[in-house]
Amino acid sequence: MTEKLLQADGINRYYTVRTGLFGKSATVRALSTTSFSLEAGKTLAVVGESGCGKSTLARVISMIEPPGQGSFTLDGTTIKADEPASSDIRSSVQLVFQDPYGSLNPRQKISQILCEPLVINKPELNAAQREEQAREMLQLVGLRTEHYDRYPHMFSGGQRQRIAIARALMLRPKLLVLDEPVSALDLSIQSQILNLLVELQDKLNLTYLFISHDLSVVKHMADEILVMYLGRVVESGSTDDIFNDPRHPYTQALLSATPVADPTLEKNRIQLVGELPSPLSPPSGCAFNPRCWIAQDQCKNDSPRLQVQGTHAVSCHFPQRS
Amino acid sequence: MTLLDVKNLTVEFKTSQGPFRAVDSIDVTVDANDVLAIVGESGSGKSVSMLAVMGLLPWTATVTSDRMLFNGVDLTGLNAKERRNIVGKDMSMIFQEPMSSLNPCFTIGFQLREALKAHLPLSRRERKNRAVELLEMVGIPEPAKRLVAFPHQLSGGMNQRVMIAMAIACKPKLLIADEPTTALDVTIQAQILELLLELNHQQDMALVLITHDMGVVAETAERVSVQYAGQKVEEQSVEALFATPRHPYTYALLAALPERSTGKLLPSIPGVVPGQFDRPSGCLFSPRCKFADARCVQDVPYANADDPTSVRCHYPLAQSAS
Repeated sequence: MTEKLLQADGINRYYTVRTGLFGKSATVRALSTTSFSLEAGKTLAVVGESGCGKSTLARVISMIEPPGQGSFTLDGTTIKADEPASSDIRSSVQLVFQDPYGSLNPRQKISQILCEPLVINKPELNAAQREEQAREMLQLVGLRTEHYDRYPHMFSGGQRQRIAIARALMLRPKLLVLDEPVSALDLSIQSQILNLLVELQDKLNLTYLFISHDLSVVKHMADEILVMYLGRVVESGSTDDIFNDPRHPYTQALLSATPVADPTLEKNRIQLVGELPSPLSPPSGCAFNPRCWIAQDQCKNDSPRLQVQGTHAVSCHFPQRS
Repeated sequence: MTLLDVKNLTVEFKTSQGPFRAVDSIDVTVDANDVLAIVGESGSGKSVSMLAVMGLLPWTATVTSDRMLFNGVDLTGLNAKERRNIVGKDMSMIFQEPMSSLNPCFTIGFQLREALKAHLPLSRRERKNRAVELLEMVGIPEPAKRLVAFPHQLSGGMNQRVMIAMAIACKPKLLIADEPTTALDVTIQAQILELLLELNHQQDMALVLITHDMGVVAETAERVSVQYAGQKVEEQSVEALFATPRHPYTYALLAALPERSTGKLLPSIPGVVPGQFDRPSGCLFSPRCKFADARCVQDVPYANADDPTSVRCHYPLAQSAS
């Protein structure tokens, strides 16, 4: 029996930016009314191009920023727009960032990096207990305990990413937000880290919110997928739904644009014209209509709603059949 | 006809801890109208070898080679002025970071015209017309207006198009693209790769594509050269390489691709690429190779210099019956 660990209800996040010194302020709709749910022990992948709001979603879910509107429920606790979240619930979500070189403090030893979350959040532990937990964690992520007293510069990219994962796991979170965890790593190291993430998920019953733009990694890791475009979810469903039966033209274009490592495969590529519009002035109607090859007048005027069919939801006036 | 013919290229850098061999006796041959992909992880010397061909390495580098011919001209014996006549005209290069490769202080029109002025006897008006024509060729909308735009006013994909326009300004015979799409989104990546292949067909331009993305290789290249820790380990046509990799490293690299896996765990390569001080004595891949034995640890394997298909391995994997 699995329960919903995370349930998001219409969360959005707008930013106000000033355009020039005397210009009027404008609103960036980084994340518009997004709803989804995630079962414990599963992996939800968020895919989309840069500027589609996937990192904003990560910041809201990890409570770095409150949602602008709407609310989400995490492990039975509801987080709303105007109420700051308690520190207890904050420690049940942890983040792993993309760049393992930038995300570790070069002046801290691995011991300090790993113990700091405990010092702050678990003041009842003494130094010996903290060290014991940190050494245990090092072994869990596949490093040796003699690495405990070293500095980050003595490690390779893959090992640093292991340290970043260890740090995120120190408070035994339920949800791990992985923001492009392998895209800065080499191919042979990437598979090591992906394997580690799969093993940890099994061992600790972790739930992952996996943000990536690499569809082959997403296909391997995810149970469910959220495809985003310009701050909106355009399609969501199980990995099977998205990869075998993509309905939204953007999802189809994204899948066809992804290079496949098989030279014998016949290419049938949908060429998208143009680029992502500025989120400062999104097009009217469906956000994808200027680049869409099946756009009609209706797409320019009305914003489509998310139509749900079982596990598969798509936000398009003319969903495609494949 | 052989356009670029490099034999036994070695590049060493002087470092404070002694010399570091970044490229170790590499052979490269590129025919006119060829598409060669050079694949490898970071530190495999793929960029450095091509920078050596271009003559763009800093003074700390020592470049030695038996032969370095481009279009019949010996590149090793050139002085700086003679080299400048070739580089940027018959042989040009585009880099990974479009944002940092363009000069932020000048408009893209100025930078494009500068490339034309350096190599072609065109009048001012002709240069301007040619610049507009080039921007149109690489698919930039409203090219005449864009000439006065600065790099920061354009997106990453547009800047990469400008870089390509600049590189093809003098109709080069050889274009070296160093990770041209790594910083870009997949839909933009598809557009850029399509553009490069189109130029390859239409303009009779050979293309050397440096990349670490096996998907990009499979979809664009005709021949693939695989490098590991500064050495070329094997070279094959793209179909043959993906069907029957002969070096254990290539085999392991392909097996580690998430899209080729069947189970939840990927077959990963243990360990990391050797650095400056932990080079193994025999085959450089031997500590990570699952087929390695005592001979691999002691003796350095050499590829047969006369046979371009030979593999740098004591025990190359057998070619399958096909």
